[in-house]
Amino acid sequence: IMAATKASKEQRYDRQLRLWGDHGQEELENAHICVINATATGTEILKNLVLPGIGAFTIVDGHTVTGEDVGNKAQAATELLQELNSDVSGNFVEESPDKLLDNDPEFFHRFSVVIGVQLPESTCLRLGSVLWSASVPFLVCKTYGLIGYMRLVVQEHTVIESHPDNALEDLRLDQPFAEFQNHVKSYDLDSMDKKDHSHTPWIIIIAKYLEKWFSEHNCQLPKNYKEKEAFRQFIREGILKNENGVPEDEENFEEAIKNVNTALNLTKIPGAVEDLFNSEQCNNITSQTPSFWVMLRAVKEFVHNEGNGSLPVRGNVPDMIADSQKFINLQNVYREKALQDAAAVSKHVECLLQSVGKVCSKNASFLRVVRCRSLAEEYSVDSVNKDEITSCMDNPDSEMVFYLMLRAVDRFYQQHSRYPGVYNYQVEEDISKLKLSVNSLLQEYSLNVNIKDDYIHEFCRYGAAEPHTVSAFLGGSAAQEAIKIISHQFVPFNNTFIYNAMSQTSATLQL
Amino acid sequence: MISVVFYPVYNIKSYIVMHLIYHLILLNIHVILRMVVDGGSGNTCEWEGRWNHIKKFLERSGPFTHPDFEPSTESLQLMLETCKILVIGAGGLGCELLKDLALSGFRNLHVVDMDTIDVSNLNRQFLFRSKDVGRPKADVAADFINSRIPGCRAVPHFKKIQDFDETFYRQFHIIVCGLDSIVARRWLNGVVLSLLVYEDGVLDPRSIIPVIDGGTEGFKGNARVILPGMTACIDCTLELYPPQINFPMCTIASMPRLPEHCVEFVRILLWPKEKPFGDDVTLDGDDPAHIQWVYQKSLERAAEFNITGVTYRLTQGVVKRIIPAVASTNAVIAAACATEVFKLATSAYTPLNNYLVFNDVDGLYTYTFEAERKENCSACSQIPLDLHFSSSSKLQEVLDYLTQSASLQMKSPAVTATVEGKNKTLYLQSVASIEQRTRPNLSKTLKELGLTDGQKLAVADVTTPQTMLFRLCFTS
Repeated sequence: IMAATKASKEQRYDRQLRLWGDHGQEELENAHICVINATATGTEILKNLVLPGIGAFTIVDGHTVTGEDVGNKAQAATELLQELNSDVSGNFVEESPDKLLDNDPEFFHRFSVVIGVQLPESTCLRLGSVLWSASVPFLVCKTYGLIGYMRLVVQEHTVIESHPDNALEDLRLDQPFAEFQNHVKSYDLDSMDKKDHSHTPWIIIIAKYLEKWFSEHNCQLPKNYKEKEAFRQFIREGILKNENGVPEDEENFEEAIKNVNTALNLTKIPGAVEDLFNSEQCNNITSQTPSFWVMLRAVKEFVHNEGNGSLPVRGNVPDMIADSQKFINLQNVYREKALQDAAAVSKHVECLLQSVGKVCSKNASFLRVVRCRSLAEEYSVDSVNKDEITSCMDNPDSEMVFYLMLRAVDRFYQQHSRYPGVYNYQVEEDISKLKLSVNSLLQEYSLNVNIKDDYIHEFCRYGAAEPHTVSAFLGGSAAQEAIKIISHQFVPFNNTFIYNAMSQTSATLQL
Repeated sequence: MISVVFYPVYNIKSYIVMHLIYHLILLNIHVILRMVVDGGSGNTCEWEGRWNHIKKFLERSGPFTHPDFEPSTESLQLMLETCKILVIGAGGLGCELLKDLALSGFRNLHVVDMDTIDVSNLNRQFLFRSKDVGRPKADVAADFINSRIPGCRAVPHFKKIQDFDETFYRQFHIIVCGLDSIVARRWLNGVVLSLLVYEDGVLDPRSIIPVIDGGTEGFKGNARVILPGMTACIDCTLELYPPQINFPMCTIASMPRLPEHCVEFVRILLWPKEKPFGDDVTLDGDDPAHIQWVYQKSLERAAEFNITGVTYRLTQGVVKRIIPAVASTNAVIAAACATEVFKLATSAYTPLNNYLVFNDVDGLYTYTFEAERKENCSACSQIPLDLHFSSSSKLQEVLDYLTQSASLQMKSPAVTATVEGKNKTLYLQSVASIEQRTRPNLSKTLKELGLTDGQKLAVADVTTPQTMLFRLCFTS
């Protein structure tokens, strides 16, 4: 039965396993998330976590059922969601988050991520403080009219597998390692027959021609456009010619010429990784240090020793025109070097602590750490990010205006215990009241920005509506950010995301 | 100092024209809807506050509404009772679309899907359960929506989009697509274009059916709004779609390097040779026994060349051309599409103009831009396309152009022409007997085939529902 369940899960999750792998799926199935408020947005987020197989969820919702959202409340929601995936365990707590914070704040410590939906400002800040101290990632979500809002609050989130979209290859042609140089030596382009010549990998071709170039140019790489062009021409002249002097069709040489630009990129350590090497956590390893930093430190030790200033070799080569044997042999040269480097990294890890450094080694170029400011920092007059706010508002229609309006609306709620414009008769009169909230907000934070009346009118018009399509957009976005946090794969946003369904635009702000 | 901004005349004129016609379409959707409303039907499934979220957008004026928008308490009724939406596809996007539309107040929905449910759909196509595996997607989806969302009347069609003609499509106010193939998109594109009515060269806006098209792949997606005859159509932006990866035959046959090459070797060359499950049995990617056989043979092939990395998962991925998929991306893109349906149906806001790109691999990234119409688009421009060939070119060259040109990308075009007053099929691939008869034409020159300069060629292909007309122009 175990095997059958495993097989059916593999089938069911096949399409997503191809994105985050079995190990990512395991993290997901070991996670327990909390969603506060099973509104349209809350249930959409949950749906998109239950379907891919989150281990468990708990809904916290103290609201009673109203006409607007029949079918969205805690118990009904839990049952409906469980139906989507029988592997997931669902729980609900019919209690307001404020009550829980009063009576049992440690309730929230057990969760992998807490997602707060449509929370009033005071609850949000209280919860933010508790979760920050407990190092539990907190994702704040709000659908307000046609605006979607997300705020990620996580002290330090490490990512080994960021899966970058367009990474450059790691070929080391500018500083070839010994095994590669030996392999290149085994080729003699001048004495090859035609078939071999046309099926020699372009990496070998560039390496060979670089050697010749070095000897004629004082061991300097082609540097500027002129030199690279000359180098390309140099390679082109190596294309075999037939008895009439007409160049043959050698696609591998064309590939070499095409790849000259990127192949001659200098091997260097990305700035982001250098910063990580220089960080406090990397240089002060203790028995409490999370494994990410131990592995990173091991990579740093490698760089200063076996690596001679460079990161471990990644080990991948792109596909290219070649016969099978030449390609596989070349691929193996890189793979074996990568394995060697990874073993060296692991040895450093052993010296630091017991752990596994292989995955970290292969992904060394792409290691990322996301650090978000706390809500307290965002909301404090002393540390508010004035620069970000005022520079965005140079364009009064930038998405920043929606952030400010959401803050103003929160302020309105604090004062009047209701949101503006919920009932038709309120819309007109609330415009001036909301404007007062806006002005008080700008004044408190000394923000010298102008918010157009149109936006104030629009936010009264919204009447705190939670339209389904905006909830659904946010539901997908938030769920995926939660999955990133849980799986430590792909990179979460930092730290505020605004979606404008009116114009179908969005922005990420650091507040 | 007065700064003058200079727009080319084409742009000003087309902008004004578009803007006007744009008004008219939206106005007309309302006019059509109003004409059909008969004063309310006394709904049985409403409860207090059910549509509060939507009413705020229909009954209140606001600073960002479309210029045509008028607040009204009747609009909700129009949406609920009269607006008719066609959802194409009941898969990853389709399930989300049906739900989004139904929960937004659209009750007259039709859904078309030719597929049945597979286990691997269940990680995102949430209208389906394990017990539904094997049943038609359209049927199960419509059942689910109708039973869970009171008042919704979704009508399923377990069919291919090509099984319907214009009379079917003409009945809808808006069409939303969650398709998984470019060929199908182009076909639908052709249909809505064929519905357009021109009077004295001027487009009648009442014949326009807006199409909202969504697509997803892993963590990437896009949503676009197409106003046929007015904005960029699918074919206008064909070059935006990345070409499908097909490995060269010599690599597959004699010089494999990647595990994928080994699988393709088995699929393309070994299976037809060994016919492992019987003479007339084609490889079925959904049959685990077939995949297992391909997997084992691929391992053997790989071992011959010292290639590592062949797994069952990789094998299946190559054979079925699997595209990775998750619930979240489909939720986002479908939501964006459904928002546009709402805007178009109600003129509550100006619709997306006209293309949204989304990617959440690193943070969340969106990019919104206006895809431009192609002046000589093979699908939506009114001008027949010129084909430039010398009279001594062979017919094969013309066919190669039709399939390989980036802007046409036809699959297996069938070409006919009027020669000496009679309709002559020059080449047709899809019917074996005709293919055999016309195959010799491929190596004949255009002159030998009796074609003349300025001659019209009619071309039919799966990428277009209507025959395309080309004009043959002889070079020297």
